[in-house]
Amino acid sequence: MSAHAQAHAHALDEIPGTPIFDGAMAMKGYALNKMCYSFNKAENREAFRRDEEAYMTRYGLNERHKAAVRARNALALIEAGGNIYYLAKLAGIFGLSVQDLGAQQTGMSVEAFKDMLKKQGE
Amino acid sequence: MARIIGGLTSSHIPAVGNAYAKKLFDDPYWKPFFEGYPPVHKWIAEQKPDVAVVFYNDHGLNFFLDKMPTFAIGAAFEYENEDEGWGIPAIGKFKGYPELSWAIIDGVVADGFDVCSCQEMAVDHGFAVPVQLFWGDQTKKPIKTIPICVNTVQHPTPTPMRCYQFGQAIGRAIAAFPGDEKVAILGTGGMSHQLDGKRAGFINKEFDLMCLEKIVDEPEELAAISTHDLIREAGAQGLEFILWLAMRGCLQGKVKRLHQNYHIPISNTAAGTLLLENRA
Repeated sequence: MSAHAQAHAHALDEIPGTPIFDGAMAMKGYALNKMCYSFNKAENREAFRRDEEAYMTRYGLNERHKAAVRARNALALIEAGGNIYYLAKLAGIFGLSVQDLGAQQTGMSVEAFKDMLKKQGE
Repeated sequence: MARIIGGLTSSHIPAVGNAYAKKLFDDPYWKPFFEGYPPVHKWIAEQKPDVAVVFYNDHGLNFFLDKMPTFAIGAAFEYENEDEGWGIPAIGKFKGYPELSWAIIDGVVADGFDVCSCQEMAVDHGFAVPVQLFWGDQTKKPIKTIPICVNTVQHPTPTPMRCYQFGQAIGRAIAAFPGDEKVAILGTGGMSHQLDGKRAGFINKEFDLMCLEKIVDEPEELAAISTHDLIREAGAQGLEFILWLAMRGCLQGKVKRLHQNYHIPISNTAAGTLLLENRA
C-alpha cells in the first residue's frame, strides 16, 4: 500500500464503530459476499437452507467466513469482510431484520435498540 | 427542449415496500412517514412530469462486487424490479425512455463523466420504492423512468462534489434534449442511518435538518463536505445523501422548496421527503 493510500485508509478508519468497506475488505470478504449475492435467487436460498456447510464450501468460504456464518454473528461477519448490503440477504434467511442486527451489534435487546432509534427523533 | 421542473427526494427504506404492499398508510408507526407524500402527489397531478430521472444506489441486485461501476445509467426500454432475496415483494416492471437515456450518456461523457451504460438493468428497492411512493401503481399509466445508479456500496465512492457536478452535467444534457418533456429528478436514500458496526442505529437529526435547509440555496456548501465527514455525521449508509446532491446538481434554475417532511425513525433510518420546484 502506498503512503497516500495508507493515510487515506487511516483517515477513514477513525470513525468509531463504523466499518468502511474498501478494497482491503472487498478482497477479504469476496467469497462470503459472492455467496450472499447468490441469495437473490429463491432456489439458492433453498439450497443453503438444505445444506449450509456444502453451500459454503461450494462458494469457497474460508474457515473464518464459515465460523461467522455458523455463529450468526454480524460483527464477526463484517470483520471477515462481509458487506452489509450483501449480508442483509443472509440475515433474511435467518429471519433477522436490520433491528435484530443492530441490537446484536450494539449488545442491546431488540426493544432497547428500537427505543434508542425512536429517542433520536425527540 | 426538455425541461427539468422539479426535484423530489425520498428515503428508499426497504421496509417501506412491505408497508406499502400492506397499505399501512394510517398505521400509527407509518402515518408520520406516509403523510409526507400527498402534497407531492398533488404537485405531480398538477404539473404532470413526463419523465422521472432517478438517482439511487443498487443494494446488490444488479451489480455484484465483481464489477462495480461508479456511475451507471440505465438505457433500457424497461426495468424489472426483481427478487432481492429478503422478502420484499417484487413489484414488476418500470417503463424506460432509452432515447433520453442515450442523450444523457452522450452529454455527460462529452462533459468528462465516463459512465457505464446499461441496456439491461434490474432495479431494486432503492429505485422502486421512491417511484412507487410518488407515482403509485406502474401497471396502468407508468411514468417513463431513467435509473441512474451511483456506487455507495464499496469504497472509494464518488465524492459529494463529484456527485453534485455529475448532476449538473445531467441537467445540461437534459436541457439540450430536443423534446418538450417535463422532467422530474429524484434523489433517493438517506437520510442519516447506519446498519453496520457497533455504531449501528446512529441517527443525526441536527445534521439532517441542516442538510434539508442548505440543499435549497446552498448546495455547494454541502457538496464540499468530504466523504469521511459525511459518514461521520450521517452514518455509514447516510452516505447515500450524495444521491440527493446529484439530484440538486440537475436543478439549474430558480429553486424553491414547496414541501418538506422529516421523520425518525422508519426502520433504522431518518426519513426525509422534499419537493423542490425548479423554474427557468
